[in-house]
Amino acid sequence: MITIDIKDEQKKAEEQLKKQGLRVLVCAGTGCSANGSLKVIEKFKELGADVAKLTAYDKVTVVPTGCHGFCEQGVLVVIPDKHITYVKVKPEDVEEIYKSHIINNKPVERLLYTDPKTNEHVHKNEDINFYAKQTRTALENCGHINAESIDEAIAVHGYEALANIIKENNPDAVIKEILDSGLRGRGGAGFPTGLKWKFTAANRGGKSYVVCNGDEGDPGAFMDRSVMEGDPHKLLEGMAIAAFAIGADEGYIYVRAEYPLAIKRLRKAISDAEERNYLGKNILGSEFSFTLHIKEGAGAFVCGEESALIASIEGERGMPRPKPPFPANKGLFQRPTLINNVETLANVPVIMRKGAKWFSSMGTETSKGTKTFALTGEVNNTGLIEVPMGTTLREIIFDIGGGIRKGKKFKAVQIGGPSGGCLTEQHLDLQMDYESLTKAGAMVGSGGLVVMAEDTCMVEVARFFMNFTKNESCGKCVPCREGTKNMLKILEKIVAGKGEMKDLDVLEELANTVKDGSLCGLGKTAPNPVLSTLKYFRDEYIAHIKDKKCPAGVCSAMKTIVINEAKCKGCTKCARNCPVGAIEGTVKNPHKIDQSKCIKCEACLNNCPFKAIELK
Amino acid sequence: MTDKKTLFIEGTEAEFTDEANLLEVIKKAGFNVPTFCYRPDLTSFGACRMCVVEVEYPNGRKMINSSCTMPPEAGIKVSLNTEKIRKIRKTVLELLLANHKRECLTCDKSGKCELQKYAAEYGIEDIRFPKLKEEEYEPVDTFNPSLVRDPSKCILCGACVRACSEFQGHSVLGFENRGSKTKVQPMNGRYLSQVDCVFCGQCQAVCPTGAITLKYDIDRVWDLIHNPEKKVVLQIAPSVRIALGEEFNLEAGDNTIGKIYAAARRLGFNLVFDTNFSADLTITEEANELVERLTKGGVLPMFTSCCPAWVRYMETQHPDMLQHLSSCKSPQGMLSPVIKEFLPKYYEGYKKEDIAVVSVMPCTAKKYEAIREQLYGQTDIVLTTKEFAKMIKSAGIDFKKLKDEKADSPFGLYSGAGTIFGASGGVAEAAVRTAYYYVTGEELKDIDIKPLRGVDSSSRTKDAVIDIKGKKVKVRVVSTLKEAEKSIQEIKTGKADFHILEVMACPGGCVNGGGQPISCDDSKIKERRAEGLYKEDTQLEYRKSHKNPDIIKLYNECLGGKPGSHEAHKLLHTSYSDKFTGSYKDIK
Repeated sequence: MITIDIKDEQKKAEEQLKKQGLRVLVCAGTGCSANGSLKVIEKFKELGADVAKLTAYDKVTVVPTGCHGFCEQGVLVVIPDKHITYVKVKPEDVEEIYKSHIINNKPVERLLYTDPKTNEHVHKNEDINFYAKQTRTALENCGHINAESIDEAIAVHGYEALANIIKENNPDAVIKEILDSGLRGRGGAGFPTGLKWKFTAANRGGKSYVVCNGDEGDPGAFMDRSVMEGDPHKLLEGMAIAAFAIGADEGYIYVRAEYPLAIKRLRKAISDAEERNYLGKNILGSEFSFTLHIKEGAGAFVCGEESALIASIEGERGMPRPKPPFPANKGLFQRPTLINNVETLANVPVIMRKGAKWFSSMGTETSKGTKTFALTGEVNNTGLIEVPMGTTLREIIFDIGGGIRKGKKFKAVQIGGPSGGCLTEQHLDLQMDYESLTKAGAMVGSGGLVVMAEDTCMVEVARFFMNFTKNESCGKCVPCREGTKNMLKILEKIVAGKGEMKDLDVLEELANTVKDGSLCGLGKTAPNPVLSTLKYFRDEYIAHIKDKKCPAGVCSAMKTIVINEAKCKGCTKCARNCPVGAIEGTVKNPHKIDQSKCIKCEACLNNCPFKAIELK
Repeated sequence: MTDKKTLFIEGTEAEFTDEANLLEVIKKAGFNVPTFCYRPDLTSFGACRMCVVEVEYPNGRKMINSSCTMPPEAGIKVSLNTEKIRKIRKTVLELLLANHKRECLTCDKSGKCELQKYAAEYGIEDIRFPKLKEEEYEPVDTFNPSLVRDPSKCILCGACVRACSEFQGHSVLGFENRGSKTKVQPMNGRYLSQVDCVFCGQCQAVCPTGAITLKYDIDRVWDLIHNPEKKVVLQIAPSVRIALGEEFNLEAGDNTIGKIYAAARRLGFNLVFDTNFSADLTITEEANELVERLTKGGVLPMFTSCCPAWVRYMETQHPDMLQHLSSCKSPQGMLSPVIKEFLPKYYEGYKKEDIAVVSVMPCTAKKYEAIREQLYGQTDIVLTTKEFAKMIKSAGIDFKKLKDEKADSPFGLYSGAGTIFGASGGVAEAAVRTAYYYVTGEELKDIDIKPLRGVDSSSRTKDAVIDIKGKKVKVRVVSTLKEAEKSIQEIKTGKADFHILEVMACPGGCVNGGGQPISCDDSKIKERRAEGLYKEDTQLEYRKSHKNPDIIKLYNECLGGKPGSHEAHKLLHTSYSDKFTGSYKDIK
């Protein structure tokens, strides 16, 4: 017997919203919090107390939201009723916003976003290029609702899909809908989600689990964190729908302990949802029960690999287990287990509400729907974006990202984190989906996008990522444990200017062996940065080895700093700035750098008033 | 009835039924796939990546995966030696060798090391990666009586970690750190002697390289033999006779005891006795103790005490339950003081202080037993089966050609009950044969107690009920400490329903002890060894310990006439002490 009518609940929640008066949305995600948003919120609350006397609004409600995505411009403040977005807001700006805009209806121009191309102020969120070109599904509510309020989640259709499927009571129809939607795993490999559900559902009858993989570990990726912090109820609803579909009654959310805010909000969300009976025993009065636990991970990258994650929940060392058996048959505590990542599950309620057809109308032939990307590096607008599958790199980097910083030339983009690869200018018009990226030597992965400009050394990039995977290898299988270590050693040798041409052959062969021979996804993809840079930037490797030159001028071992005697006036500034005493010379006479002492810190170079110091 | 299905290996059709994994199917089809981490008696781990094969599914999908972790599927085509696969194997070998303490000439495992073997087979000539330097070698752990651990030779296959956890439930060894800094070691890098290691040596038995080896005492034995003032006496444990031959290309289970006596004399031992004799002695004492506990209301269930690893486990993990342990010494522990005390009576020119007792045991923990404070100085040196084989080889003795000889009197004659001590269930079976007589005064008719036999992995817990004239005596037999712990928990929770618990720490019992020749790649070997023991049992004149005439003689002439006498207690029984240092099992 279903005892709760979701439509009534929605109406109640909407009325609650109306009572809020003027809503001021302040980003309280991790990024903006670090930028001082909590103080901004504080200030708004302080000044909002006597607003009723001065405006048409009963009151001002300051809503701490999840991440808006445009972290580059934080702290972000959005006032929907006034159709305005303020960027880079500091606590001391609040009074001005208050007095000028809220009371006197005059926008504070200096706090508006300035388009880097047109140099014009932009008022509305949807007019900012960064947002205009996005299509948000998983992130639809992030930044728009109070992440800690279940009422606000319900007001924007939270738990509507769950209530409907429980009412219809046809788990197979749910699986069919997800299958038809074409949704694929957003965590890395892109396995069809519906198929995974179907395989797990085939083992219905006994105890099974739903596990959410929230062990987001790619450097720079934070889409999962944003969902957990910004719209936790959507994740819970997605998990409950999955549990209903496959016949599970217990679930785990595996979150890294470095996400304290996500954990706090998830805990609150779970307890609120249990109180309202959207989780727990006999959900909405039905036969369906689903209990959720949070498992905090210690932050090992490899625990994002599903079998290692399962081992970690069980209390074992986080080491991947050989597959088969797949989790669908033997997963957590040897029981059938459905494991999906946060973004995948966040798509589920939207698909169930708007339909598989709507979802599959977006994207490419093989990859449907939208995908979030964490856009970072040398672009003007960094942040979290969500675009339909099939969007080109050019649209992302130049339209949404606003182009390369300081007018530099685009060189490459690293996609998919340490497991992904580097793509180049020739791929800018590639329609991004699972297949096309894999074919080009990268992968969608979790969706990290690191944009690199002309002054980036690709050998150093490969070394950086290899260092990451070498440290994060679990140490179980030989190719990954020993292979990444030795690949790193070769790369270190090359950037130190000690490489030999035969090193490239060994490096390439080793990379391919690690790729073919490793036990789990971490090892199988760890060589991607090396293989893709070897493929597209081989000449840079050769320059390091043969000419002992770093074409991008990054690798310090290959730099020589010299003083142009003709330009040097003997001011002694460089000698005084040198931290290691490598510069000799007397006043008014040209100085000299002792190359055996020089550590190439460039302190002299940056401080010479006569530009007499040159990099060679 | 299991269905027969087929798949293709290198183009040849191969049948399979219920094999646990593809590697077993490949082995059965007559191919050898290299592996370091796969051990049939342990769970598949898939870490070394040597057993990778290329599999083509009927739908055309191809994949490379470790055969030890893949279930066999009908219709798949398996390639064992494609270019990619050979490259993976060669690279794995090269990477492991680069990170290995390569001192093969002086390594104990040389000739038996799997890394060395495959490196030779795959022709690894050049190591292209930076090699481990001498200054990077890690300290070697030699600070216990049984085992030597050299971490710089460890290839992190995890076999020892699984053996410790899956056999003993003890997890003394574990993985620590991550990535290329990963190590296998006792907690926080301690020595084995600093943790509650029971020295069963199973970690050593499954190690593919020289990372965990036996502690060698061969030279100390030669010193004794070369010392003209010493009378060096040897005792040989039950399980040695059916395994030693493997070191000389004889079959597992072949009983070579006659040759062993002969070899011992060629090596220069003055007298050769048999631990089987004192196994009979142990049974007469232990059966007597059991009957007393049963009839006089002693602590039950009674635990056997022959296995030193088990005794140490009890002392370190369950010191509150020591009163369950039989106070009888093990057969090794009984024979040594008997020899030293009574030999001068029978042999002219033997003085107690000049006698040195050396034992040959299938067991690494026996080395530890010999230095227990309660037993110290009684058994002078303990050799394992492997060490004894080395001694014979280095002495230039052609073992196969030796003519059978007999053991010396008066401690050489043994019954079938003494010989089956080496297999899990054997001690309990032998005890029942004698206990029946003690209770009823009659001989047990059907003395083959089949439910207590079996040494494979499905027979690690066995139960039998013996009807002793209306009194039902319930016998529980376990091998591995992991199984033993379950029985202990049954006792602690009041669910236990047995009177006697026989425990052997090694899976299958002493036949599969840590000191036996290496057999970790074939789980059938221990079964053949056990068969050898049960076969000898049927061939012997006496099959019950209390019928052994030399045992009767020993009691009459030296031990106060009967089991449990004051003299017997003084010499043949021992005590236990609380060695608890804290354990995860007690953290509530």
